[in-house]
Amino acid sequence: MKSSKRIIEKIIEGGLKLSGATTSIIILLIIIFLFKEGSGLFQSPSVENGYALYLNSKNTVNDLDVSEIKHIFDADITNWNEVGGADQEISVFRFDDIFEIYSDEELGEHYSLLPEKIKEIINENPNIIAYLPKAFAPSNVEGVKVLPDKTISFSDFFGGKEWMPTATPSPMFGVIPLILGTLLVSFVAILIALPLGLGVAIYLSELAGETTRKFMKPTIELLAGIPSVVYGFFGLVVLVPIVQETLNLSVGETAFTGSLLLAIMALPTIITIAEDALRNTPTAMREASLALGATHWQTIYKVVIPYSASGISAAVVLGVGRAIGETMAVLMVTGNAAVMPHTLFEPIRTIPASIAAELGEAPAGGAHYQSLFLLGCILFLITMVISVTAESLSKNQPNKGV
Amino acid sequence: MKVIQTVLILFTLLSCAFTTNAQRIKGSDTVLPLSQKWAESYMNSTSTKKVTVTGGGSGVGISALHSGSTDIAQASRSIKFVEKQKLSKEGIAVKELVVAYDALAIVIHPSNKVNKLTREQLEGIFTGKIKNWKEVGGADMKIVPYSRETSSGTYEFFRINVLKHKNYMSGIMSMPATGAIVQSISQTKGAIGYIGFAYLNKKVKAVHVSYDSGKNYIAPSVKNAENKTYPIVRPLLYYYETKSEAKLEAFIKYIFSPAGQKIVSEVGFIAVGPK
Repeated sequence: MKSSKRIIEKIIEGGLKLSGATTSIIILLIIIFLFKEGSGLFQSPSVENGYALYLNSKNTVNDLDVSEIKHIFDADITNWNEVGGADQEISVFRFDDIFEIYSDEELGEHYSLLPEKIKEIINENPNIIAYLPKAFAPSNVEGVKVLPDKTISFSDFFGGKEWMPTATPSPMFGVIPLILGTLLVSFVAILIALPLGLGVAIYLSELAGETTRKFMKPTIELLAGIPSVVYGFFGLVVLVPIVQETLNLSVGETAFTGSLLLAIMALPTIITIAEDALRNTPTAMREASLALGATHWQTIYKVVIPYSASGISAAVVLGVGRAIGETMAVLMVTGNAAVMPHTLFEPIRTIPASIAAELGEAPAGGAHYQSLFLLGCILFLITMVISVTAESLSKNQPNKGV
Repeated sequence: MKVIQTVLILFTLLSCAFTTNAQRIKGSDTVLPLSQKWAESYMNSTSTKKVTVTGGGSGVGISALHSGSTDIAQASRSIKFVEKQKLSKEGIAVKELVVAYDALAIVIHPSNKVNKLTREQLEGIFTGKIKNWKEVGGADMKIVPYSRETSSGTYEFFRINVLKHKNYMSGIMSMPATGAIVQSISQTKGAIGYIGFAYLNKKVKAVHVSYDSGKNYIAPSVKNAENKTYPIVRPLLYYYETKSEAKLEAFIKYIFSPAGQKIVSEVGFIAVGPK
């Protein structure tokens, strides 16, 4: 009898150990997958894969960086002398333009005459820059030179100030606007939510009457269960016009609206956990403090709060995690404009919103796909740093107590 | 135990048999509602055939055609040159079929006095070169352009057709869905954006567009889209292998029948016309 019970206990113990180990291994594998996919970005070419830029050999320009390429193809830079060449107007040629000049028959069976025709066009126009697929471009030919392949560099990605992953011919993967946008929105959201949340938690646990607490606590916990898309819809239809009219802005979708919404979403989490932590202070400690002559309020901020510091920091960490990782609500309310935020009242773009909006059409394995994984890695690191900081701060609190 | 096993095997075999002749359509999310309605009414009218429809985006559909996991790829953009090359390398010959037209309306806030815009003005607005409404004949108000996200076929089509391959301005607002664009424009006085005709309603105002530098401004109406005078129209396409043509013939015949064409107008696109 006893031995069979012990065998069952051992089996259950083994099962629990196994599930714990499996969970940790799975989490580790997910993180490794994230970083592996993301790091592949730095081997991708900076011009779209399979394509290259071709110039006439007489052109003295030998190198163009990513933002110069973009400005040339957007007709912002119109003269070769702006990028170090001769004083000539730049003539932009895209691959599809060839089909408007020649018909399909003139280009031959399986487009065999295509490189020849392109070579003619490049030779005739010394000021041309052509964006062509490598398979159909004239190669090793007099008169045509190709700009060398460059891979996306660390400074392009981590130091770039423009996020335009589907720009042709060379996509721009600068993450600074995204990181700043995420940090700005989350920081202001926490700034709003923390004092409010802690205040409500203290009120509910110490000062509210029994009926108020019985009514408010379930209502607040209900708010935590509302799906974030509903919050996003509420933000778009209600909050955005209110912000636009009260602050007299030209557009209501701003970082401030996003922060407000995130604060509303993070509040229930912070309140419930902090309130539970505060209520768990043993009555013995409260009574001891009151017996020594402290007022109710002095008891609260000198005894109860320091005692539940670890619970409060847990509430903070969870609230911050919710604010930083929130995707759907922010996607609908901040305007998703990938610019460097200068004020709080402009549209910004956050990392989770970028990943959610762009992962669907990013071709698997391509540069865009890998850059989104790298964004995920950055988000993971930000959240990890915040959690570790919050944990260490709560440990440093000297535990005033018995 | 043995009974459960045989039942399971029979069940899987049956479900396989039921779906082996299913015609699979995969691809664009724009064409998705149309394909779904067609599939439903087609399956209602014939009891033996089965059609499955999935979304994922035009690019996803065309690469599914390449890997053989779909019969029809629905697309809201034409097949790219490199995609065509990939398919012909495998010896897959594809046929393109226009199944409907989708027109894009340029919409602004109802209180905005501007009524007409040329293509050049639209290009300037969406690339960020024109920043104030007074430059295009309106009040002294900042222009706030709204766009779709980069994954949208509508975004790509607008970029190629109206912006002539130029890139959008870097600070443009990207909304995740057409409904969100309509909502935002209806509550922002200086806003401008592009939506499919099916989404036009009283909350926003559509402008007349001119593609010939101001000589003729065309009103955005279904009639003008049908008679091809409205310039911002894109074809919605089905791509399929020429060798599956016989298998798909019945479904395609249904699409172009009067019943099928009526469904196109119900969904909000422009019908090609019965063949």
